[in-house]
Amino acid sequence: MYPTTDGGQEEPVGVEVRVEGLTKSFGGQPVWRDVTLTLPAGEISVLLGPSGTGKSVFLKTLVGLLKPDRGSIMIEGQDLPRLSERALYEVRKLFGVLFQDGALFGSMNLFDNVAFPLREHTRKPESEVRRIVYEKLEMVGLVGAEHKLPGEISGGMRKRAGLARALVLDPEIILFDEPDSGLDPVRTAYLNQLIVDLNQQTDATFLIVTHDINTARTVPDNIGLIYHGHLAMFGPREMLLSSTEPVVRQFLNAQRVGPIGMAEEKDADELQAEAAAGVELPPLPPIPPQLRPSNGRRRRGERVAGQWCWRNGVTPPPGSFGDEVVGVRR
Amino acid sequence: MRVASGVAQAGTFFAFCLDALRGLGRRPFQVREFIQQAWFISSVSILPAALVSIPFGAVIALQLGSLVRQLGAQSFTGAASVLAVVREAGPIVTALIIAGAGGSAICADLGSRKIREELDAMEVLGIDPMHRLVAPRVVASMLVAVLLNGLVSVVGVSGGYFFNVVMQGGTPGAYLASFQALGQLPDLVVGEIKALLFGAAAALVASYKGMTARGGPKGVGDAVNQSVVITFMLLFALNFVITAVYFQVVPQKGT
Repeated sequence: MYPTTDGGQEEPVGVEVRVEGLTKSFGGQPVWRDVTLTLPAGEISVLLGPSGTGKSVFLKTLVGLLKPDRGSIMIEGQDLPRLSERALYEVRKLFGVLFQDGALFGSMNLFDNVAFPLREHTRKPESEVRRIVYEKLEMVGLVGAEHKLPGEISGGMRKRAGLARALVLDPEIILFDEPDSGLDPVRTAYLNQLIVDLNQQTDATFLIVTHDINTARTVPDNIGLIYHGHLAMFGPREMLLSSTEPVVRQFLNAQRVGPIGMAEEKDADELQAEAAAGVELPPLPPIPPQLRPSNGRRRRGERVAGQWCWRNGVTPPPGSFGDEVVGVRR
Repeated sequence: MRVASGVAQAGTFFAFCLDALRGLGRRPFQVREFIQQAWFISSVSILPAALVSIPFGAVIALQLGSLVRQLGAQSFTGAASVLAVVREAGPIVTALIIAGAGGSAICADLGSRKIREELDAMEVLGIDPMHRLVAPRVVASMLVAVLLNGLVSVVGVSGGYFFNVVMQGGTPGAYLASFQALGQLPDLVVGEIKALLFGAAAALVASYKGMTARGGPKGVGDAVNQSVVITFMLLFALNFVITAVYFQVVPQKGT
């Protein structure tokens, strides 16, 4: 359907993030322990989990805002938790972070907010700053609102402005903290498309923290699921979407049957009762096709639909990938 | 457990102060932020300070007025007023206003930035909030406190003068002439040193409490409340210690 290589000169760009044995606790209460995963360079990964499982804590640990109890985070050969403060500030320049509510500086208008990192870290002349800021504002569709204060605009606009500010130093790693929380479905769809397009343009490594399963099912190349204080599974999208592992299956398909309860995980009795009652799990829904960049060309991190299933001998649920059953047919 | 957490908090506050000190030493000093903050703190503190110190001077004049007349020592009213206002009332009023008006504003500002994740965003953008936000606030608060102490002294003594001369029929010449009878220049100097330290302490506590605020808007309210209470206690303790040291070090008149 579409070429798998563009002449073989594709070097993977972006930065790989290798997390090993990461453990974090607050006041003796472990948030999660022994999280080991690798965010592949240039790919989009999503970290999912029920509310309150410390997804945002994980994201903040990844940029060094919180110190883990144990474990390492390797970025370009440097171990983040063991860096001096000065070195940490240097490494952070690789990062762009979109915080939940945009985290704009309330005393500055949108233009100054987006220009802030440029003015602080570069010696670019004001005309150059202007050009870059307008380019980023255009990317997120905020031209015309640049003189508004963060307090005067809607939550969705704040999020987009926060994204523009995160992009302005051309980061190699972009982290999104619940980009879809508090947005209507249409805006979420636009934002997801924007994320995919951005990944195509920048080849940066993306990590999206969310509990929106629609985003998780269609946007990423990789999915991770945090549940009950540990990383239940991390791997290619198709691996998790075709998985029959109870927690993964329950969460990714938003079902009530499974180990996750209303308050916390269900206990053994409840699970037994569920099994005894012979509650039949509905069949896995088809794996939806992945969101493609809007210009129709492929991203570097993108894999052919069905490739993972085909390589690993897994039969995807019937009707998967829409019409693009490339990998399966082969 | 509770004792341990209290000690731990004192420890983290001390570490925070050292960080702030290091932030002070870092170039470039944030001049713009400093000027804005100094202007802001003075704008919220000048009027209340003046309004508090007028009745303070007047109360001293009223208290002393009749007593001193019975003893036949009217010529010392001015001396007592200067002693009371410059040595004690000035620093105390400054402390109250700096902690109550300046400190609470700093704490609320930094606290709301903390819960809106602005401070996290700033750190991720590679900018140290200690250097960028805390250091200019501490210096601004110190400067304003010193100036405020001067203002309180002048307004307090003038208030005493007005009440003594206009309301109680005291002699203007005697009031002014007795200024030097009990008080001396080091009194003013130590008052300003107190104000300088109060300003630093108030800004540090407010910044610390603001930057460690958690738990949404309510958390900010709690942080402001705690910061004002802690600052009050700290400043009064500090006041006592400095006064005790001062009396040991500098010989006093009339003893």
